[in-house]
Amino acid sequence: MDADTIQIKAAWKILEQVADPEVPVLTVIDLGIIRHIDIVEHRLQITITPTYTGCPAMDVMSMGIRMALLENGFKHIEIKQVLSPAWTTDWMSESGKQKLKAYGIAPPNTTQAVCTPQSFQQEESIQCPLCNSYHTQLISQFGSTACKALYKCDDCKEPFDYFKCH
Amino acid sequence: MLTTMISNGSMLHTDSLIHYTLHLADNALILSQRNSEWCGHGPVLEQDIAITNISLDLLGQARNFYQYAAILIGGTASEDKLAYHRNENEFKNCLLAEQPKGDWAVTILRQFIFSAYQYLLYRQLAKSTDHQLAAIASKAVKEVTYHLRWSSEWVIRLGDGTAESHARMVNAIQDLWMFTGELFLPAPYETEIQNQGIITGVEKLQQEWITTIENTFSEATLALPTDTGWMQTGGKTGRHTEYLGRILAELQYMQRIYPNCEW
Ligand SMILES: [Zn+2]
Repeated sequence: MDADTIQIKAAWKILEQVADPEVPVLTVIDLGIIRHIDIVEHRLQITITPTYTGCPAMDVMSMGIRMALLENGFKHIEIKQVLSPAWTTDWMSESGKQKLKAYGIAPPNTTQAVCTPQSFQQEESIQCPLCNSYHTQLISQFGSTACKALYKCDDCKEPFDYFKCH
Repeated sequence: MLTTMISNGSMLHTDSLIHYTLHLADNALILSQRNSEWCGHGPVLEQDIAITNISLDLLGQARNFYQYAAILIGGTASEDKLAYHRNENEFKNCLLAEQPKGDWAVTILRQFIFSAYQYLLYRQLAKSTDHQLAAIASKAVKEVTYHLRWSSEWVIRLGDGTAESHARMVNAIQDLWMFTGELFLPAPYETEIQNQGIITGVEKLQQEWITTIENTFSEATLALPTDTGWMQTGGKTGRHTEYLGRILAELQYMQRIYPNCEW
C-alpha cells in the first residue's frame, strides 16, 4: 500500500466515530453519506452527500468530520458536498439498521412502498421496534426530524419513529 | 452586484440562468417563510409538525438554489446576501407563494397546487442540461413527493369532510385560483434558457398539472373552476402583491438593522 492509501484507510476508520447528532447511534458511515475519500494535492478530500435537502444536521456532521480528522493528525482537509446521485435510505448499512432498531427507531423497509404521490395509499407494514409486532399504524408522515415518520403500535401501545423511505 | 449586471443592459450568457435560479430559490424561500407562520399554531400537533417540516424542506431547496446562484454571480455574492439583501422588486417568486396563509384550507390548497406544480417541474428539471439544477431537482423531488401526497390527502379530507370544511375549500379555491396561471407562463429569462436548451419549458407541464388537480378535486367533491377568468401575473418579473413586502420586513429584519451580522 502506498502512503495515500494508508491515509485514506485511516480516515475511513476515524469517520466511524462521527455520529449523526439527531440519531446518535448512527455514524456518518452507517448513514451512507460519505461518498469518497481521496487525497488531492496532499489534501484529504471528503465527499459527502446530504440526506435531506433541508437537514440541519448536515452542517453539524461536516464540522464533526473535520474535528475528528484534525484531532487525529490530519491537517489539510477539504469537505466537498455533492447532490448527485441523491442519497437514498438504501445506502444505510445493515449494522446501521440494526443499531436503529435497538435504539427504538424502526429502520427503513427494504421494499419501499410509499415513495409515490398517490394519496391514501395502502400503508406499508412497519414493524414495531419495541415488541416486533406488525400491528402498527401511521400517525403522521412527518415526524420529529425530516427523516422520520410517526407510528403507533397497536399491541404494546407505544408510539415510535420510523426512518422513512427516501 | 446582480443589479449592476442587469442595469448594464447587455445580456450576458449566464444572466438568464441566474434569474431563473433565483426564481426557483425565491419560490421556495417565500413559501417556506409563509408555512413557518404555522409553527406553534397548527390545528393539531402532528399537522403543525408536518407543515413546518415542509417549510424546512423548502428552505433546504432555497439554500441549494441560492448557493448555486451565488456561484454563477461570482465575486462576493453569497446565499445569505441573496436572501437578505435584495429588495422586493428583485424577488422573482410566483405571486401564489407570497399570499397570506389564511385559514387551514387556504394553506392546504396552496400547498397542494404548489406541490403538484413543483413535482412536475422538478421531474422535468432533473433532466436539465445544467447539471447542478438537475442535481438539486432530483434530490428535492423526493421530498416534494411527500408534500404532494400529504396535501392531496388534506384537500380530500376537507373537501369531502363537513359542510364547514367544504365551504372553506370552495372559498380557498376562489381566493387562490387567479394565481395559478402565472406558474405556467414563462418569464423572459425562462424563454431565453429554454431557447438555449437548458430547460424544457414550464408551459408543457400545465396539462398534466390540471389532470392532477382535477383527480384530487373530484375525490374531494370539489369543482374545478370552469371560467378560468382573470389570471394575476407579475411575480416572476418582480411585480408583487402588497404581501411580499411584509414577509421581507420580517424575514430580513435582522440583516437590515445589523447588516452582515453573524452569530
Ligand atoms: Zn409494539
